[in-house]
Amino acid sequence: MATKGRVKGIVSNLVTVEVDGPVSQNEICYISVAGVKLMAEVIKVIGKDAYVQVFESTRGMKVGDSAEFAGHMLEVTLGPGMLSRKYDGLQNDLDKMEGVFLHRGEYTYPLDEEKKWTFKPLTKPGDVVSAGDWLGEVEENMKPHKIMVPFSLKGSYTVKSVAAAGDYTIHETMAVLTSPDGSEEKVTMVQKWPVKKAITCYTEKPRPYKLLETGVRTIDTVNPIVEGGTGFIPGPFGTGKTVLQHAISKQAEADIVIIAACGERANEVVEVFTEFPELVDPHTGRKLMERTIIIANTSNMPVAAREASVYTAMTIAEYYRGMGLKVLLMADSTSRWAQALREMSNRLEELPGPDAFPMDLSAIIANFYARAGFVHLKNGATGSVTFIGTVSPAGGNLKEPVTENTKKVARCFYALEQERADRKRYPAVNPIESYSKYLEYPEFQDYIKEHISADWLEMVNEIKTRMLRGKEISEQINILGDDGVPVEYHVTFWKSELIDFVILQQDAFDAIDAVTPLVRQEYMLKRVVDICRTEFEFNTFLEVMDYFKNMINIFKQMNYSEYESEQFKHFDAELDKLLAERVKN
Amino acid sequence: MKAFQKIYTKITQITKATCSLKATGVGYDELASVDGKLAQVVKIIGDEVTLQVFSGTEGIRTNAEVVFMGKAPSLRVGDQLAGRFFNAYGEPIDGGPIPEGREVEIGGPSVNPVRRKQPSELIATGIAGIDLNNTLVTGQKIPFFADPDQPFNQVMALVAMRAKSDKIILGGMGMTNDDYLFFKNTFSNAGALDRIVSFINTTEDPSVERILIPDMALCAAEYFAVEKHEKVLVLLTDMTNYADALAIVSNRMDQIPSKDSMPGSLYSDLAKIYEKAVQFPDGGSITIIAVTTLSGGDITHAVPDNTGYITEGQLYLRRDSDIGKVIVDPFRSLSRLKQLVTGKKTREDHPQVMNAAVRLYADAANAKTKLENGFDLTDYDNRTLAFAKDYSSKLLAIDVNLDTTEMLDVAWSLFGKYFSPAEVNIKQNLVDKYWKK
Repeated sequence: MATKGRVKGIVSNLVTVEVDGPVSQNEICYISVAGVKLMAEVIKVIGKDAYVQVFESTRGMKVGDSAEFAGHMLEVTLGPGMLSRKYDGLQNDLDKMEGVFLHRGEYTYPLDEEKKWTFKPLTKPGDVVSAGDWLGEVEENMKPHKIMVPFSLKGSYTVKSVAAAGDYTIHETMAVLTSPDGSEEKVTMVQKWPVKKAITCYTEKPRPYKLLETGVRTIDTVNPIVEGGTGFIPGPFGTGKTVLQHAISKQAEADIVIIAACGERANEVVEVFTEFPELVDPHTGRKLMERTIIIANTSNMPVAAREASVYTAMTIAEYYRGMGLKVLLMADSTSRWAQALREMSNRLEELPGPDAFPMDLSAIIANFYARAGFVHLKNGATGSVTFIGTVSPAGGNLKEPVTENTKKVARCFYALEQERADRKRYPAVNPIESYSKYLEYPEFQDYIKEHISADWLEMVNEIKTRMLRGKEISEQINILGDDGVPVEYHVTFWKSELIDFVILQQDAFDAIDAVTPLVRQEYMLKRVVDICRTEFEFNTFLEVMDYFKNMINIFKQMNYSEYESEQFKHFDAELDKLLAERVKN
Repeated sequence: MKAFQKIYTKITQITKATCSLKATGVGYDELASVDGKLAQVVKIIGDEVTLQVFSGTEGIRTNAEVVFMGKAPSLRVGDQLAGRFFNAYGEPIDGGPIPEGREVEIGGPSVNPVRRKQPSELIATGIAGIDLNNTLVTGQKIPFFADPDQPFNQVMALVAMRAKSDKIILGGMGMTNDDYLFFKNTFSNAGALDRIVSFINTTEDPSVERILIPDMALCAAEYFAVEKHEKVLVLLTDMTNYADALAIVSNRMDQIPSKDSMPGSLYSDLAKIYEKAVQFPDGGSITIIAVTTLSGGDITHAVPDNTGYITEGQLYLRRDSDIGKVIVDPFRSLSRLKQLVTGKKTREDHPQVMNAAVRLYADAANAKTKLENGFDLTDYDNRTLAFAKDYSSKLLAIDVNLDTTEMLDVAWSLFGKYFSPAEVNIKQNLVDKYWKK
C-alpha cells in the first residue's frame, strides 16, 4: 500500500510531512491543497518526518493537508513524439495547458497518446536482447526513432514476439520479451526513467574527438567543441551569452538539439518558439523546430522545478543518444540551477559552503557534466550528448563557486568579456583566456588532419599567439604612445586586429555572416594567416592604420557576401590589389 | 468577511518584524490582522504560526487580537482603479471612495510561456539615446541603473508621457514625498491622470510595506492588459528600496544571507516581478520600466547584478562634461529586444548606423585618453573627438525629441561630415543609398 502522510509544517516551498509508512529519498509525493494536488519531492527524512520540496506555490496550504507518496523518484516519460515539444521542467506539455496563466497542480501528459506511428521491427523472435537494444523503429520528424528494450530491465531477455510492421499508438505492445526465469515483459513505445540517474546502456565511452561544427568562427576555428564534449560560457549580463547560445543551437551540426531554459527570461524562450518553426537547419534544410525540444522553466516558474529541468533535459538527451544520434544539449543558465539548490539548502538550514551555496555543489556539477559524452552502443553504432552550459557569475566575477566548479569539469571555456562587449566586438569571447582542451587531444588532432588539413592546427595556434602579441603591443602603445614604438609594432598590432575583426567577430544578426560553414572558415583563416605572414612596407604608423582599416573593411564586406558569389570574388580581388600596394618584395 | 471569525489573543513570541502564536486551520501566505495591523503568514510549524507584520511590531502586546482573514493579500480590480492613488495595501490615499471590483490575490500565477507573443511593437520616446541605440519594445522590462542624484524620475516621467500607452501604473517604493508630488503634478499637467493608477509607499511609510507595492501594481496591470487588452506601462521606482526591505525581512527570519546581505532568493524574488512583463497575442501588453539606484555606480552589487540578469537590458544616464547635458550612456546601456524592431519597424539601416556610431564614439573615448595622457593626436583622433561632441548633443542628450528616421538622417550627416565610408565600415549597399556627401 502506498505511503500516506499529513502536512506538519510549511516554510515557503519546504514542507514537513509526517508519514505513516516507508518513504525513499527523492520520492515523489502529491499534497492536496484545497482539492488540487501539488507535486513535491522528498529531500530529507528525519524519523517520521519527510521534508519535501514542493514544485509549486504553497499558498493556502494548511497543517493537516494530506499527502500521497508515489513510490518512485521524479521520472520522465520517454517515447516518440517528444521532438518539437515545449515542456516545463517537470516535462508537462505546455501547449496542452488551459488558459493564459499556469495553474498550479495542472500536469499534462508529455506525449501524444492518439497518434499512430509507423513501426518497423528490427528484431525477430528468438533474438537475445538487453536494456537499450533496438527492437524496432518509427519515424519521428523524418528521423528514425528507435523503440528500445526498457533501460530498467536487467540481464538478457529473449524476444518472444515483435509487432508486425504497421501503424500503432504509443501504448500498444510492440514486443514481448521473456526473461531467463520465464516471466514475460510487454514492451510498448513508452518507458519511464528517473531523471537523476544516468542512462548507461552503452559499451564504452571513449574520449570524444570528432569536431562538432557550430558555424561560429570563434568556436570552430579557435576553440572547437567536439561531439560528446562539454563546454561552458560564463559571462556578466549583457555580454551576449544568450545570443551565442541561440546561434549554436540554430547552427550546430546535431541531429537533435535540446534547449533547457533554466531560470532565464521567458521572452528568450518565446524567441525560440517564434523563430525555430520558421528557421531552417543549415545542414538538412528542414525546419529547426523539427529537431528541437525545449524545456522551459523560466525564472518566474517554480524554483524547485528549476533544478529538475536540467535533469529532465539531460535524461531526454541520453535517451536519444541511445538511438545512435548526435544530441546537443544547451542549458541556460546553470547558475540559476545552483541558486535553486542554494535556496533549498538554506531552508533546510544546512551549513553553507562558499557564497552560501551547498557544500556538495562541486560534486553535483561534476556528476551532471559527466553524463555528457560520446558512446559506442552495443550494436556498434555511436551516439553523443554534447553539453554546453552558460554560467551567470555574480557581479561578473569568475572567482565564484559555480564558475570555478564548472571550470574543473567542462573541457571548453568560452569566457565572455565585458570589455569586448562594451566595444561591440561580438561574440565577446575573450580569445586569450578561452580554451578548448580538445585541441590537445591526439585523437582530435588526427581527426582534423584527416578532415580539414594538415596545417590547420598550426594556423590556429598562430592566430592565438598573434592575438596575445597584439594585446601586449596595444598595452605598450597605451603607455609609450603611437610614436614611442617602432612602426613594425603597429603592423603586428594591426595584424591581430585583422584576425579579431575578420575571424573572431561575427554578426549574429546578419543572415550570411551568422553561419560560417567549415570550408568557408578554412578559406578565410588561410587568407588571414597568409596576410599575417606577409611582410609589408610602411613609413609611418598612420599609413599602417589606414591600410589595415581599409583591408578590414574589404574583409568585412566579404564576410557579408555569399561564399564564392560574384560579390565575394569581387572583394577577394580587391584584397589582392590592396595587398600588391604594400607587400615587401 | 466570514460571519464567524476566531479571535486569538495569545502571542507567544515577538521580534522586530514578526510575531508567533498558536493557531490552527491557517493557510500559508494567508493575511491576518494583529491589533488592526496587517500581517502575513510566513511560517507554520505544527500549531505555531509565524506572522510577518508589515508595519512593524512596535507596540504589539502579547494579548493583542489576532484575526486570520482566510485570503492572501489582494486587490479589488476594475475600471475604477484608473486615476486613483493607493497605499501598499491597495487602500485609497487620495480621499476618494474604495473602488468597486473583483477581488484578486496579488502575486498570482505566471503566464504560460507558450501563450506569450514575441514583443514586436516599438515604443517611441523621441529620446535618441533610447530610440536609436536602445530601442524599447512593448512587453519589455528594463531598468534605469542610476546614482541617487541623477534625474531618473524625470526621464522616466518623460518616457511615460511620450510612450503611447493606454494605462500607466506607478509603483513607488520608498519614494520621497517630493518625488511623489512631482509625478502627480506631471501626470495631471499632461491631462493624463485618468489613465494612471498609482501605488505609493513613501519614505514616511514603514519600509516592509514596500514589498507589496510591485505585486499590487502588477496585479492592476494584469487586469488592464489581460481583460481589457490594453497596453500598460508599469513604472517601478526604486527597486533597490524593495530589495532592501526583502533583506530586512529575511534577516529577521534568521535566514543565511548571500552576497551583500541580500536573501539567497533575491534572483527569484526579482524575477517574479519583472517577468510579469509580457506581450499577449490579442494586443494587451505589460511593459516595465524600473529604477535601480546604485551605490557609487557599483553594478556588481547583488541588486543591480541580479536585476541585470533578469531584465532585458538596462539604461544608464551620465552627465557629459563636454556638452554640459545629461545623456543616455551609449556604452553601457543596452536594450536586448531592440533587434526585434530595429531595421524592421524602423528603417533598414538602423542596426548598422547605430553600431557604427557607437564604435566611432568609442574611438573618440580612446582619443580622449590619449589626449589626457599627453600624446599627440592623429587627424583621425581629432575627427572622432569632434564627431563625439556633435553626436552627444544632437543625439544622445535626453532633451532630444526626434522620430527614428530623423535620428538616422542626423547620424548619416554626422558620418559624412567627419569620416570616409571606409572609416565608418557599414555594408556597401547602405552606404550607396544613404551616404551624405
